[in-house]
Amino acid sequence: MKKLIAMCLALVMALSLLAGCSSHSGSDSDALKIGMTGPLTGGNAVYGTAVQAGIEIAVEEINADPNNTLKLEFQPQDDEADGEKAVSGYNVLKDWGMQVFIGTVTSSACNAVAPLTVEDEIFLLTPSATAAEVATAGSSTFQMCFTDPNQGASAAEVIANNWPEAAIGIVYDASDDYSSGLYDGFKNKAAELSLNVVCETSFTGDTKSDLSTQVTMCKDAGADLMFLPIYYTEASYILNYASRIDYAPQYVGCDGMDGILNVEGFDTSLAEGMALLTPFDANATDEATQSFVAKYTEKTGEVPTQFAADAYDCVYAVYQAAVAAGVKASDEPADICAALIEQFTSMTFDGLTGKGMTWDSEGMISKAPAVVVIDGGIYVPMD
Amino acid sequence: MQIIQYLINGISIGAVYAIIALGYTMVYGIAKMLNFAHGDVIMVGAYISFCVTNYLGAPAWVALIAAMAVCTVLGIVIEGLAYKPLRGTPSLAVLITAIGVSYFLQNAAQLIWSSSPKSFTSIVTMKPISLLDGQLVITGEVLVTVAVSALVMVGLTLFTGKTRTGKAMRAVSEDRDAAQLMGINVNRTISTTFAIGSALAAVAGVLLCSTVPTLQPTTGSMPGIRAFTAAVLGGIGSIPGAMLGGILIGIIETFAKAYISTQLSDAVVFSVLIIILLVKPAGLLGKQVQEKV
Repeated sequence: MKKLIAMCLALVMALSLLAGCSSHSGSDSDALKIGMTGPLTGGNAVYGTAVQAGIEIAVEEINADPNNTLKLEFQPQDDEADGEKAVSGYNVLKDWGMQVFIGTVTSSACNAVAPLTVEDEIFLLTPSATAAEVATAGSSTFQMCFTDPNQGASAAEVIANNWPEAAIGIVYDASDDYSSGLYDGFKNKAAELSLNVVCETSFTGDTKSDLSTQVTMCKDAGADLMFLPIYYTEASYILNYASRIDYAPQYVGCDGMDGILNVEGFDTSLAEGMALLTPFDANATDEATQSFVAKYTEKTGEVPTQFAADAYDCVYAVYQAAVAAGVKASDEPADICAALIEQFTSMTFDGLTGKGMTWDSEGMISKAPAVVVIDGGIYVPMD
Repeated sequence: MQIIQYLINGISIGAVYAIIALGYTMVYGIAKMLNFAHGDVIMVGAYISFCVTNYLGAPAWVALIAAMAVCTVLGIVIEGLAYKPLRGTPSLAVLITAIGVSYFLQNAAQLIWSSSPKSFTSIVTMKPISLLDGQLVITGEVLVTVAVSALVMVGLTLFTGKTRTGKAMRAVSEDRDAAQLMGINVNRTISTTFAIGSALAAVAGVLLCSTVPTLQPTTGSMPGIRAFTAAVLGGIGSIPGAMLGGILIGIIETFAKAYISTQLSDAVVFSVLIIILLVKPAGLLGKQVQEKV
């Protein structure tokens, strides 16, 4: 019996060796290799799987286009939103022969990988790692999303314009780069605009399962506007608990709030009137958005969030730049990197998450943050 | 008034920890193993309840019974497949297996239900009680959770004290070999313990998600660890100890958040645990066992 098992194992090993060979020889083919790492399992998997699906849809579309001369090949790696795992995933992708890196999904992991891509001269375009350090890591790191401090500052301006008298309560995630970045940007701008912040409170990844104390603190401080620079998962709990204790402030969120209406079982009436900054609206009626939403829903059974849309845009932006620069699939990553840097700093890109996007030499994006209000269970542009 | 509101918040989450801790403490007391997968059985229970109410439109009590039934079977299967073959092996092997089971359940849940969070509809339909012009709010969930955890504690104490199966459990806990010599079926007793522990986990899952409505494949893990701490604080193996420990941890956590720092609350909770264990190594209500040399 043991012999049989040993034989089987040996066979499997031999086969996997062969499999490795074949995929390697195939990798020298005529497709541009795009790699991605993101949390595909674990607590943040919801963001990673959205990005993966967004990229896959874009890659399928581009490859299906008969006029296209540059085919794409895509491989995702799981990093569980962890820096160390992201680095090992990145190394796996490098061994595979990756030429362009679209990732990582989360800021903390991206901060670990970005310096390596600069060293290896591999072009990095992240769909959703919003930390400012990602863009400033080198000349070859670019972002498709807003940087956190900029978005936090925009949120402060939105509040100053619409609710100048509000007593503001803030709940943010101190253990998360994204949330802390937004908070810092917001705080500086709020001081500049002399907004009335009455309560600042936070939680960490380990204590996020119970946020009732934070909501009670804001209520007791008399806040009538709650600024929530956090992801929608925790926000759905905050809204739920606030309604239980008869507390109904005006809510203002950022792009991480996008998705709250699609949480299964969530009573969307609780989010009525919430204002949020988001670059993507799944209910937009333009053809490109409609077609993307249809494909995404067919693929995953869910409505796409801005993570998926940003990822989709990343592939098209890289594709547009690569075609414009005449990049060939057989080019070295470093040459592709130089060509893409030149294109990105000079081109204008229209995608799902904005029109007329441009990038500065740091790699930070410039696109107009759209403010929407939830009205009747859908996003409506705020006037 | 604030302080009373925080106290209520603390008792609310503490009572949930207490029910989870009861499951931990039962299994530890009788099978002498730390079932780290307990938190994930809770998550499965919550998902089952969510599916039954949201997809089949069944009332809350049907969902609760369905969750208990599924978790009981799951608990027996886990015990039979993962833990039973390891009886008599060093406890480290069992511990690692338990951690493995925990990861297995989390990833299986992610495959089945996806990683997108779901918002659990509370099974408690009672309106919140508002006192002193809304300065104090007692939600229905608080009352139900506290009542259920007290009921479960009393029920378990009576069960282990009075019934035949309960006595068999205590005997197995006391001395497994001697119990076997006295004609007690040790394997069946341990399976029963897992069945009860897992049914409790289902109840805990439904109550946890009624209090904290965000349901994800990782929902059970942090409350599971807190509850384990609560069980150790109260004296692991002791049923009233688990209850006391759970409520204490809930209150300390909430007060630490409200009056010290929301970011340091865990540090405070675990410092209290360390201090108590230094003074009373067996936990607050734990029995001091003399090692005979």
